[in-house]
Amino acid sequence: MIETPTKKRDEAVGKSQRGTEESVAVKWILISVALAFCVVFLMLPLVNVFVQALAKGWSFYWAALTHPDSWAAIRLTLLVSAISVPLNVLFGFAASWAIAKFEFRGKSFLITLIDLPFSVSPVVAGLMFVLLFGLQGFFGEWLDARNVHIVFAVPGIVLATVFITFPFVARELIPVMQATGTEQEQAALTLGANGWQTFWHVTLPSVKWGLLYGIILCNARAMGEFGAVSVVSGHITGQTDTMPLRVEKLYNEYNGQAAFAIASLLALLALVTLGLKTLLEWKQARDYRAASAASIPGGTP
Amino acid sequence: MATTDRALAAYRLTFLASLIAAVVNAVFGTLLAWVLVRYEFPGRRLLDAMVDFPFALPTAVAGLTLSSLFAANGWLGRFLVPLGIEGAFTPLGVVIALTFVGMPFVVRTLQPVLQNLEREIEEAAATLGASRYRTFSSIVLPSILPAILTGFALAFARAVGEYGSVVFISGNKPYQTEISPYLIFMRLEEYNYTGAIALAVVLLLFSFLLLGAINLLEQWSSRFEH
Repeated sequence: MIETPTKKRDEAVGKSQRGTEESVAVKWILISVALAFCVVFLMLPLVNVFVQALAKGWSFYWAALTHPDSWAAIRLTLLVSAISVPLNVLFGFAASWAIAKFEFRGKSFLITLIDLPFSVSPVVAGLMFVLLFGLQGFFGEWLDARNVHIVFAVPGIVLATVFITFPFVARELIPVMQATGTEQEQAALTLGANGWQTFWHVTLPSVKWGLLYGIILCNARAMGEFGAVSVVSGHITGQTDTMPLRVEKLYNEYNGQAAFAIASLLALLALVTLGLKTLLEWKQARDYRAASAASIPGGTP
Repeated sequence: MATTDRALAAYRLTFLASLIAAVVNAVFGTLLAWVLVRYEFPGRRLLDAMVDFPFALPTAVAGLTLSSLFAANGWLGRFLVPLGIEGAFTPLGVVIALTFVGMPFVVRTLQPVLQNLEREIEEAAATLGASRYRTFSSIVLPSILPAILTGFALAFARAVGEYGSVVFISGNKPYQTEISPYLIFMRLEEYNYTGAIALAVVLLLFSFLLLGAINLLEQWSSRFEH
């Protein structure tokens, strides 16, 4: 969008643009090197997953996926993401709402805190939960006395996943909410809407694409998280193995093809995530264009 | 606990491999961002979407497929291993995995900056007789350098903590291809909590130092925004 006027002018000026553009040879060398890098580091690894997964044929592939332990891993991964994504939507909405619409003490501290899971190694994150809830941990004895198992059980996996995926929704929502400001909510309240109506009819529609975007990224990470989950899971086959952990176990058992079969599902998830993300970006850009063309400030369809 | 020979070897590998991977990403990320913003060519939009692939792909899958690509019978390994370039189960493998996971950072920090760069300044430089190379090195590069450094620091920070992709490709041999996060994991498996905490504190301190550096860099780079 921003490029268009410059580009049009460049075309009009014709040959006199030579000073601001590389020669054709340099341009194509740069493009070729960039493409070569992407083929080696992006395309080959992706294609390899599917080729290896199907190397022994469809029946082997199907058998690997429907193996009871693999099936249990798939179900556990779906369960963990079904719990952690809605929780993080709730937390993310609350946090970004507070940051974008209100002024309060410790706001910059909260912003730093939201980014914390991005800067901590997943293994260290997992370690924190073991130290808190493990048998020898801070709450360990208290929990054990009440027969509550968190570490080496499903609750620990959910906790670690919630921690790791916490920033995604909040980080997508904060800039969108900051950009829309509070005028529209104030207008809605002045016109007699109650708080819930304002939220449902004004706030939510204005951030819907950012929210969806955050949910998609959050879900991809929740299903694919390895390091933190690996530390707290205990690796009990059929019980606390998520899909990425199952991939590692099969790989260590020298069952590469079965590992690739599970991995192909996760790679598919990554492709769907990328596709939806691109679609959302496109829709968002179209909405902004429509809104600015109608020249109604903030007029979302 | 934090300074045993094995721990020191693991830090050295973690930091050196992360540094090399971040440098590779800074160079190729800048090239990629430039090509994506400045040039029109078939497949540009697909390439732009694919840049985020390392973010979307679970790290375990990345490690699995990279180790199979660079193994002696893999698609790349069968050409590279006879040349003496062994990518699987070597320190080079660690660098390869870390380069993969850190790839999008430089591209995504640099892209908006390049898009907002005013072409008029370059035109002025050209009018005043500067060569294209001169324009790039004394006009363009200084204004995009903060963004490149921010992307570099982000990729570096991510690489230091990375676990999933590395454990598949490195082989995790103590003193040779064992990274710090893996050593923490080993200490935990041995129920040696003190050892694990000691190592984790060193990694955490380093993460926070980098986080501070990234904040400073972001402040510096926003000087050029308007």
